[in-house]
Amino acid sequence: MGINTQALMAQLLVGLINGSFYALLSLGLAVIFGMLNIINFAHGALYMMGAFVAYFLLSIFGLNYWFALVLAPIIVGAFGMILERTMLQRLAGLDHLYGLLLTFGLALIIQGVFQNFFGSSGLPYAIPTALQGGTNLGFMFLPTYRAWVVVFSLTVCLLTWFLIEKTRLGAYLRAATENPTLVRAFGVNVPRMITLTYGLGVGLAALAGVLSAPINQVRPLMGADLIIVVFAVVVIGGMGSIMGSIVTGFMLGVLEGLTKYFYPEASNTVVFVFMVLVLLLKPSGLTGRAA
Amino acid sequence: MTSITENADIRQPARSGSEHSIAIAAMAVILIVLPWTGVYPYFIMQALCFALFACAFNLLIGYGGLLSFGHAMFLGTAGYITAHAIKEWGFPPELGILAGTLAAAALGVLAGLVAIRRQGIYFAMITLALSQLLYFVYLQAKFTHGEDGIQSVPQGKLFGLFNLSQPLTLYYVVLAFFLFGFLIIYRAINSPFGEVLKSIRENEPRAISLGYRTDQYKLLAFILSGTLAGLAGAVKVLVAQNASLTDVHWTMSGEVVLIVLLGGLGTIFGPVVGAFIIIAMQQYLAGFGQWVLVIQGVIFVVCVLAFRRGIVGEIAYYTGRSL
Repeated sequence: MGINTQALMAQLLVGLINGSFYALLSLGLAVIFGMLNIINFAHGALYMMGAFVAYFLLSIFGLNYWFALVLAPIIVGAFGMILERTMLQRLAGLDHLYGLLLTFGLALIIQGVFQNFFGSSGLPYAIPTALQGGTNLGFMFLPTYRAWVVVFSLTVCLLTWFLIEKTRLGAYLRAATENPTLVRAFGVNVPRMITLTYGLGVGLAALAGVLSAPINQVRPLMGADLIIVVFAVVVIGGMGSIMGSIVTGFMLGVLEGLTKYFYPEASNTVVFVFMVLVLLLKPSGLTGRAA
Repeated sequence: MTSITENADIRQPARSGSEHSIAIAAMAVILIVLPWTGVYPYFIMQALCFALFACAFNLLIGYGGLLSFGHAMFLGTAGYITAHAIKEWGFPPELGILAGTLAAAALGVLAGLVAIRRQGIYFAMITLALSQLLYFVYLQAKFTHGEDGIQSVPQGKLFGLFNLSQPLTLYYVVLAFFLFGFLIIYRAINSPFGEVLKSIRENEPRAISLGYRTDQYKLLAFILSGTLAGLAGAVKVLVAQNASLTDVHWTMSGEVVLIVLLGGLGTIFGPVVGAFIIIAMQQYLAGFGQWVLVIQGVIFVVCVLAFRRGIVGEIAYYTGRSL
């Protein structure tokens, strides 16, 4: 069997792009879970909101992609912080599962409202002019925008890792994850930190939404199926380590890309099958520390 | 840390056994006379299928503390197998239902072995991912006819005697299956097995230290729950005469969570009450498009924030009975 390098490279690139989204989303889920003990089912809906905010900024205010890249995560993050302050906060001390149920309800509401106004079809969002076109690398054609998405996502992921693992703020955050009462006794405003953490996680999801808008079109249900794949990614990687989330996200994207080339029928299911294998062979997940 | 089922706190009076018998008998009588009161039989049958589905789901979450977010896989799998067996292989309805239910049981074994390897929140995510895996399998498989589903499944004659194309005959057959499943679940909850299950829900490490192999209990509960959810899916094929992707989609898994949450997690009658309310709501709001989803979302949020006992749980709390 001959291997078509062009097609293989193209699928690998698609895999890396999906991997970027998996990494950004599972990273946000892990950060939120660490502080709030909640699995944020609304993550897919908030990712979709990020893409819609980018679309509105362009079509209503004439603000282009670069503004959206900064503003959409802030706007959606602020929306997330309102959700946290008004609703999620009341779940403190209850079983984790209530957080899942509440955020599932929020996802239904957000997606339902957008579906009512925009139907189920996609709205186009053009690639910004600076990132149009591509480069012929000889063995493959590399579209500039796609390369940008991978590099930018990776940078954001690593910055988040740096923020949490290497800075003073991150140290407070990790300490509050371990023992919130003690950290409060040291005079750190833990409830505010929890709200900001939720905002950060949600902002990462919205950022992924903006990045995906020119590639996948802007659709109300664009996050609905994605979030289930991301859950599988989280089960595979475990939520114990930030770097683990990033690596697992990119790795599974590439695995999916390879499957699209070698056995396209299984490309929808390969991540789930991989999850089953991991659970059978190493139940605690690849990075180990999961409960 | 409180348990997922606040209804577990309700003290069970010693007389609850006989009270339950009376309440179950009353429910059966109401359901027997209901089609004669002018209520559309098709609506009650649909609600009964969902009620059985919800009772099966409740066995797992309400008594075992395990939240499955992929229970549609059992409903849908049994539906597809039953529909295929009846339509393509010419099975009589009783064998079709048996085939579908057994398929769900087999799936329960396989999915259970994978899912019980992790607890709590991970269990929910794993079951959701497994059901999405099956969704894509059914989307691509030939025998399910993809987006079209298996249409116009003949209803046939049960045991060669009861003509199921007669609405009233079909109704009582569906009711019989519902009561059969309901009583199995009631019996399971009130057996020594059910007591161990409740102890796992309350404190799994302690149950382990008392010498119970909790994984085996959880697996058994998962299989039983999946099998009965499958029975609901198989019977639903006879009512709706089709099997489609809707029944394996994650929205269906979410719907059964909603039914049980609204009716009352860990209550005996909650899932039945919840099923009738949600199915009625869907009938009345069918013309409002996606607003149904929004309303379901709002019910989720309200239930979690302010109404965690659910309808039957609240009644049980204020009357001091276990319902």
